Amino acid sequence: MMDKLKRDKRTGRVIFTKKMKKEYTILFPMMAEIHFTILQKVFNHYGYKAELLTDTSPEIAQTGLKYIQNDMCYPAILSCGQLIHAVLSGKYDLNKIALMITQTGGGCRASNYIMLLRKGLKKAGLDYIPVISLNISGLEKNPGMKITIPLIRRALAGVIYGDMLMCLKNQVEPYEKEKGTTDKLTQQWIDNLSNQLLYKNGYKLEIIKTNLESIVKDFAKIEKTDTKKVKVGIVGEIYVKYAALGNNNLEKFLKEQDCEVNLPGILNFLLFKIDNRIDDCNLYGGHKIKKFVCQKLFNYCDKIQSIFLEAIKNNSNFALPSSYKHIKELVNGVNGYGNKMGEGWLLTGEMLELAETGYENIVCTQPFGCLPNHISGKGMIRKITSIHPQANIVAVDYDAGAPKVNQENRIKLMLSIAKERLETDSSNISSK
Amino acid sequence: MIAVGIDIGSTTIKVVVLDDEDKVIYSTYKRHYSKIAEKLEEVLSDLKKDILKGQTKVHLSFSGSAGMGIADSLHLPFSQEVYATREATKRFYKDTDCIIELGGEDAKILFLNGSVEVRMNGTCAGGTGAFIDQMASLLNVPIEKMDELAEEHTKIYTIASRCGVFAKSDIQPLLNQGAQKADIAESIFYAVCNQTIAGLAQGREIQGNVMYLGGPLTFMSNLRKTFDKVLGVSGLLPENSLYFVAIGSALLSKKDEEVDISNIVNRIKNYTNDENFSYIEPLFKNEKEYLTFKEEHEKDFVPILPLKGYKGPLYLGIDSGSTTLKAVLIDDEYNIRYSYYVTNQGDPVSLVKDMLIDIYNQLEEGAYIKGASSTGYGEDLIKNAFSLDHGLVETMAHFEAAKHFLKDVEFVIDIGGQDIKCFRIKNGVIDDIFLNEACSSGCGSFLQTFASSLGYSIEEFTKLAIAAKRPVNLGSRCTVFMNSSVKQAQKDGASINDIAAGLSISVVKNALYKVIRCSSKDDLGKNIVVQGGTFLNDAVLRAFEKELGVKVIRSNVAGLMGAYGASLDSKNLNLEHSSILSKEELEHFERKVISTICQGCNNKCHLTISNFGKNRIFIGGNRCEKPVTKKATDLKLDLYDFKYRLLRSYDHSEDKKEYPRGTIGIPLGLNFYELLPFFSTLFTSLGFKVVLSDPSSSKLYHQGQMTIPSDTVCYPAKLLHGHIMNLYQKGIKTIFYPCMSYNIKEKGTDNHYNCPVVAYYSEVILANMKILNDVTYLKPYLNLSEKKYLPQKLYEYLSNYYDLSLNEVKKACENAYREYDKYEKIILNKGLDILEQSKKENRLVICLAGRPYHVDPLINHDIDKLILGFGASIISEDILAKLVKKDDNVTVLNQWTYHSRLYKASDYITEHEGVELIQLVSFGCGVDAVTSDEVRDHLEKHNHIYTQVKIDEITNMGAVKIRIRSLLEALRKRENDGQA
Repeated sequence: MMDKLKRDKRTGRVIFTKKMKKEYTILFPMMAEIHFTILQKVFNHYGYKAELLTDTSPEIAQTGLKYIQNDMCYPAILSCGQLIHAVLSGKYDLNKIALMITQTGGGCRASNYIMLLRKGLKKAGLDYIPVISLNISGLEKNPGMKITIPLIRRALAGVIYGDMLMCLKNQVEPYEKEKGTTDKLTQQWIDNLSNQLLYKNGYKLEIIKTNLESIVKDFAKIEKTDTKKVKVGIVGEIYVKYAALGNNNLEKFLKEQDCEVNLPGILNFLLFKIDNRIDDCNLYGGHKIKKFVCQKLFNYCDKIQSIFLEAIKNNSNFALPSSYKHIKELVNGVNGYGNKMGEGWLLTGEMLELAETGYENIVCTQPFGCLPNHISGKGMIRKITSIHPQANIVAVDYDAGAPKVNQENRIKLMLSIAKERLETDSSNISSK
Repeated sequence: MIAVGIDIGSTTIKVVVLDDEDKVIYSTYKRHYSKIAEKLEEVLSDLKKDILKGQTKVHLSFSGSAGMGIADSLHLPFSQEVYATREATKRFYKDTDCIIELGGEDAKILFLNGSVEVRMNGTCAGGTGAFIDQMASLLNVPIEKMDELAEEHTKIYTIASRCGVFAKSDIQPLLNQGAQKADIAESIFYAVCNQTIAGLAQGREIQGNVMYLGGPLTFMSNLRKTFDKVLGVSGLLPENSLYFVAIGSALLSKKDEEVDISNIVNRIKNYTNDENFSYIEPLFKNEKEYLTFKEEHEKDFVPILPLKGYKGPLYLGIDSGSTTLKAVLIDDEYNIRYSYYVTNQGDPVSLVKDMLIDIYNQLEEGAYIKGASSTGYGEDLIKNAFSLDHGLVETMAHFEAAKHFLKDVEFVIDIGGQDIKCFRIKNGVIDDIFLNEACSSGCGSFLQTFASSLGYSIEEFTKLAIAAKRPVNLGSRCTVFMNSSVKQAQKDGASINDIAAGLSISVVKNALYKVIRCSSKDDLGKNIVVQGGTFLNDAVLRAFEKELGVKVIRSNVAGLMGAYGASLDSKNLNLEHSSILSKEELEHFERKVISTICQGCNNKCHLTISNFGKNRIFIGGNRCEKPVTKKATDLKLDLYDFKYRLLRSYDHSEDKKEYPRGTIGIPLGLNFYELLPFFSTLFTSLGFKVVLSDPSSSKLYHQGQMTIPSDTVCYPAKLLHGHIMNLYQKGIKTIFYPCMSYNIKEKGTDNHYNCPVVAYYSEVILANMKILNDVTYLKPYLNLSEKKYLPQKLYEYLSNYYDLSLNEVKKACENAYREYDKYEKIILNKGLDILEQSKKENRLVICLAGRPYHVDPLINHDIDKLILGFGASIISEDILAKLVKKDDNVTVLNQWTYHSRLYKASDYITEHEGVELIQLVSFGCGVDAVTSDEVRDHLEKHNHIYTQVKIDEITNMGAVKIRIRSLLEALRKRENDGQA
């Protein structure tokens, strides 16, 4: 088996071949649960035996610490840890699995996760397992894995479906009259959409439109109580923001504290990453072709976003998230558009957007020592509060050693102030 | 209507009872030693009996970090502690603008005027009560005494407070050098104060009516005074300053329904946890397994015989460590005849003197000291003070001792009180050293402190660990985190046994995975010797063997290995007689300590000069050899120094010329350390006078520290706040600091990014420094690698502010690129000169590989000059990178310009003789997590030694010296072996 492996001449990495595509199971780590569950099917549609890892056992972090450089950021430790932990679990035929991980190609450390994963595999004596880079920057090519335009379109549909379900579930669940209705509906839709993306044309714009409208109508039907709850937005480094494994189940914790949670969607992040390339051309000149291609892709995503926003606006009175373009306007004069590494200015923008739309209580999550977030997260909080004095932001660091009890205590302080305001507000209203 | 507030913190329970008028009618304060439920029941029962007298319905609310768990599981009201503090302040001290509260493990600043803001220390406990406790025990004085001492201070040293570890490593050398405890005490207070302000103020000024709360500020009047001084306020210590959280909690409880106190007491009585903590396999399955284990390890031992009755030569080894003093006297047969082990109480010299007198008193006719060597932090001091024969680096001493027990030892791991030293041995030479520069978790004092905070001796604690059934899985991280993890485990119902075992295991994990970074037992080889006092603890030893799955050697003198090694060394000296002070000389032993500030250069080192009479002088606190040798170090062979001087020459502030467009200020920090020639020329060509910020100094740093928003960002970035402030104070009205995603393109890399911090720090400056409201702050996004478009883009930006033409900007850009090339060439030529001259003189060249901004002497702590003092010359990574023609063979994504040079430089070294590399890594640098392993791999593949030095605001120069000396020693040995 081993001698048949094709390796890249320069780096020596194992190449994922066409033959492997047929035989190998491709494991990939969990991040945003709804989105990734749906996205798995997109890969399945194109014949990849992709399998999303759902295990969240504490050994994952331990495995990560054992095989990944410990000073590396927490998302690297967890996502690589989850992969290596699965590889070592004995559940898989080691000669028939490949691992897949994203690579943004940006100036942040995250672009190097894949290299660290390979180093980790080598340490475990498993460097024959191919590791596939999932990126749109043209880094590391593999004949067995082609990121084609149809695949991208299908995946974008998956992302927008995920964004919609996440957005509505968060708005309805805390107020539902009958416990469990929202969750049930969400699961139904996940199954339905997964099915559409696996077997049918669930990616076409008109079908996206129909689906999104039906989702909104369905969620709008759920009966809600008239209680007032503290509204909390979550922003931050993309992995710890979405992954329950990375943020110690932050969403669940906030729900238990009787809050309504708002997690801005993933499509904005994609729009941001495409837009960065356009902005680079604007800021530094040249590269007309690159700019043209990116603009096309940007317009397509933007179109999807407008369908998403229309669907909510026309079919419900749910709180409407802001468009990417609006968020970008909010950032003007606060953080530079050239600030593109990691979550860059978008992180600042999301906080401004949340504060503007009534989610002024914000948890800004970041891995301990996250470089871009020194700038766009913690570095901007002062400025954000000078624009929105009511913004009630708590920055929370996550890493393998940061204990939950301290994180929760910090968040509870933010919540105490939020609750006090909620009470004053409602008593002001009732006294009027 | 009575209201009860219960504040359960990390170490104490505080209870307050308020009457109808919110008057405090009862308050109590008890340490809980982590037996929270028990203590709570006791306190509440007393309360019920003595105060409530039959009344059962009360308002009640919990608060505090440990209160959260109990309130949660008993379904009782809970108020977040900061929120409670605010409530109490609002009720009793309405006019307060700002509260500073220091607690056991936390520090908080609460701003009440305007928009309410709270800053809590996040992941770092530097500057808290626990930190002050640690420091007091280091000074060997009770807490109260520390306050008294501070009163008498005459001067202040710089001490890092970001982490207890760093502070210890600052204080220990000061103590060892004989600095006054009073001065150190006050310096600690200053450090706490600076930490609180730098870490928590984050750009918001502390002014108006300031109030102090919490234990440390309540009990230490001098700490309050220090805060007053630094902040320029006169803060208030309110009545009940310890009980604010409890009072606020009681006030808040009035909003909730009343509860039945008897019912609560009963529920606490029955309070059991659900025991859902994560645990690991026990250390020993049963008693029998333990006994077998003990027996196995008793085989490795040195006979300890009485000194009485011995005639003949003796060899003395003294290990003057950072917290302890150890000594061993051996005979010709290597038997131990005398041993000594005490904590050094900050005064090793007097202890050694007393010990030597004790030895002399016991010596019989015919017994004499034939050789004496010293090692450890205090090596030089002890050697000079007592005229010993030899001093050796502590790594060598440990190696000597380890060899004695296992000839083919491949790996030595020494876990001491607060340091871990590990090294690999290849071909009989120390090859690779691991020291815990950044973190003291995983050290012995950590276990010790924990044991005593829970009310046990370390021996009892070990026994508890051995008997544990389900050791808590605490992971491997910082001591501070560990405190909270333990809290969490207790909350989840872990027993004291499980915690003791869990801590022992985490010590081992820290050493293995954080310090050594190994992934399997094969990394350490088969022949491992473990030593250091911590390994005398059977639980730790067992945890180590279990974690690695291998049997290791631990001798009965594991705690004395450094001293034993030194005694072996002194035996190997083969002297006729030792030069050590005689009994008579000891009786007249005198020591005069003078502290002074060295005037040799800009560093202004605080020197402690110990004069032992008869020309035996020891100078401590010096960064370079100048005060010792009275000679300036020859800077001709120091490229770091050359670069720094050359860069400063781009400052035109002394220029008398007329500049039509006025003055532009540039903060000399981060990427300006390389691009300054470009930008300075650009602006001079455009008719601006370019003025640089002053050379970095700690004063300059402190002036900007209030505005730093993220306390975990690297020091070079933090320093920039000071540089901007400095320009402002100079009256500069226009400051230029661009954002740059990309650096200049260099050949053979995947991309040419700057790291995110270097790229965008200008945004942080603008968002957090209010003074910039009065300044024109030029912050364009520029890409110097787009040569073709840069002039146009720059023109577009600058024409918003100035009336200039595109042509002018084009010309200026041409000049700037030309100057940059010229600068690069000058540096390269100088580098080649150094290489050539060193080759001629057969002088070792050290490539200090870091980032351009590491040439800032404040950032690099004059490491270049230290190395120069050892006779090597200094070159930087960019020079070597330029000399490598072929593409990199790198296994990581090679996308940062600065970092790709590191890989190339290491390639150069593998192909050339006489050049070695030391990598400088700034603490908190995320990118170096990627580069350091890669550089290490490059070097080790070709049998070179990788040495890394972590630097921060404060750096433990003692550890740096050990590293460098060990490297030089290993190279020397290699060379000798090669010739032999």
